[in-house]
Amino acid sequence: MNERTLTADVVVALPKLHLDDLLAALRQRGYQTHGPRLRDGVVAYGPIEGLKDLPRGVVVHQDAGRYRAEQTDHPLYFAATPGADSWKRYLFPPRRELFHFHRRNGRWETAAPAAEAPRYALIGVRPCELAALAVQDAVFLREDFTDPHYHAVRERLFIVAVNCLHPGDTCFCASLGTGPEAASGYDLLLTELDDVFLVAVGSEAGREVLQPLPWEPATAFWLSQAQRGLEHARQAMGRRLPDPQSLPETLLSNLNHPAWDEVASRCLSCANCTQVCPTCFCWDVQDEIALDGETVTRFRVWDSCFSPQLSYLAGGNARTTVRARYRQWVTHKFASWERQFGTLGCVGCGRCITWCPAGIDITETLAAVRNTPQPAGGER
Amino acid sequence: MNPNPTATLASASADTLLVPFWAEVVAVRQETPNVATLTLRLEDADARRRYRFKPGQFNMLSLPGLGEAAISISSDPAERDTLQHTVRAVGNVSRALTRLKPGARVGLRGPFGTAWPVEGCRCRDLILVTGGIGLAPLRPVIYEIINHRADFGDVTLLYGARTPADLLYTDEYAAWEAHDIRVLLTVDRAEADWQGTVGVVPILFYRLRPHPERTVVFSCGPEIMMHFVVYEAMARRIPYEHIYLSLERNMKCGQGLCGHCQVGPYFVCRDGPVFRFDALAPFFGVEGL
Repeated sequence: MNERTLTADVVVALPKLHLDDLLAALRQRGYQTHGPRLRDGVVAYGPIEGLKDLPRGVVVHQDAGRYRAEQTDHPLYFAATPGADSWKRYLFPPRRELFHFHRRNGRWETAAPAAEAPRYALIGVRPCELAALAVQDAVFLREDFTDPHYHAVRERLFIVAVNCLHPGDTCFCASLGTGPEAASGYDLLLTELDDVFLVAVGSEAGREVLQPLPWEPATAFWLSQAQRGLEHARQAMGRRLPDPQSLPETLLSNLNHPAWDEVASRCLSCANCTQVCPTCFCWDVQDEIALDGETVTRFRVWDSCFSPQLSYLAGGNARTTVRARYRQWVTHKFASWERQFGTLGCVGCGRCITWCPAGIDITETLAAVRNTPQPAGGER
Repeated sequence: MNPNPTATLASASADTLLVPFWAEVVAVRQETPNVATLTLRLEDADARRRYRFKPGQFNMLSLPGLGEAAISISSDPAERDTLQHTVRAVGNVSRALTRLKPGARVGLRGPFGTAWPVEGCRCRDLILVTGGIGLAPLRPVIYEIINHRADFGDVTLLYGARTPADLLYTDEYAAWEAHDIRVLLTVDRAEADWQGTVGVVPILFYRLRPHPERTVVFSCGPEIMMHFVVYEAMARRIPYEHIYLSLERNMKCGQGLCGHCQVGPYFVCRDGPVFRFDALAPFFGVEGL
């Protein structure tokens, strides 16, 4: 038990060992603790019990179309940037039953699955991923409509964020103001130094869990170490995206820019970028018929604007070319999204660059459109 | 500008998504070889009481194992007991819908989307321009005009189909004309017994002398047709603000969630399907948008 009283506005220090106690306390409160772990050579999210499961010492090298995790002997648990996996699937699973039809005496009836939403404690959520969560909140929790499945998981979420002192080579969150430092949206916020975790409290639930642990006041040295780390991270971003606020205007007035043709000649339309994107939200609905023909389960599954079926129409597909699909993705992320939801749809995590098998770099595409604007390109 | 009413029957309860209500097929009418009009009656009395739609809105119709499709409502909004959908057999869902028999059940969610601004067009002249199955979402407009005929000025329907056999609702034209709605028809291909116009729909504009300041155009049909409708309207100095188009896009949810129906910044299911043309102009006709 800690004798001191924790207040919400101070940053304290927690010896690294005691992260295990924090996770145990969360599990005691009914949370499943999930965090980053090394799996098949990439950092992916999954159930963790404590420090032993974290990718300690892992250093990740990324570039367009490339991701390599290297085991080193450095002492850090949260220095490895995540792979293709993002937290999105916890709130918006790639495949989820919406309801099923069942035939009784020749009549179809509907029934919704009764499953209670899980209580997740997400450990090690990076600032870009917090920002992605906020972007998805705006999509799924609108004023005029709330997605019940997303909402059920979201309201039970406990978030332990971690400031990003080691951004990846394809990251550009600093350009978008979504990192490397978390501003809000967490219950607890860690900053990992060599010796301790600095912990900031973001909610009453966070304060309560942390209070009994053996934290101590953070020293000025540690605080300045954290500040220096963040400053270094801002400089160390592998990519930049200058002046993102001007993009909606630029893109919508350059719908026939030659850059779209150039990218289309390289793009495989494989949809990797949309599947790894932590904000992409398009989904399809699919019916699965049981072999006895008496039950039909209706699923919601992730879809992609790179799929030709997305825009299937009676009168002919609305987007028949790779050019049209790639342009849809980019103009949605960096232009229409802002009109639809008031924010850009990109948080600068760099996954779409890393996981593109053709090595297409979104920051390059945007620069190409911006640097040679075609003023009359908007209409026909 | 465009009303965006919240769907009354979007899902069976607040904690479910996309769970349809059930409606019984009470009548099926074969309009053409591949188009049928289904008359549906919501089974749940409370749902039936709450349900109301505006001309131009659509429902999501659902068949177990086949899926859901967005289909516009083609009946009189004043008719509260039943509603109609005129369906052309194109994909898996629509083909199965056209083959239903009375007594069958379909899942129904809706109504979704924006409506034709019929109320706002009182005292105006109206030109309804449509091709093929595009007449279906305009039929509720015609009913509403007939229900309040004195409130509107000149009303003209310009309608075209591929052949005379593809024209919809042919037995209703006489009743429409009896209510002083001028019906001008054209077909792409005709046999010798066709006495009417042959050619694309926009050429019917040449039969009109609209007053641009008091004329409003509603159009629904193939996008290439609507392009030329806009050109013809512009040539007659009808401003963008007086032109309304209804778009078709692939839809899975009807509520601006699934992302399928985007055109530029719009979700056609929620911000449309009916758009005032000044809002649509920057994006309309951009290849593959």
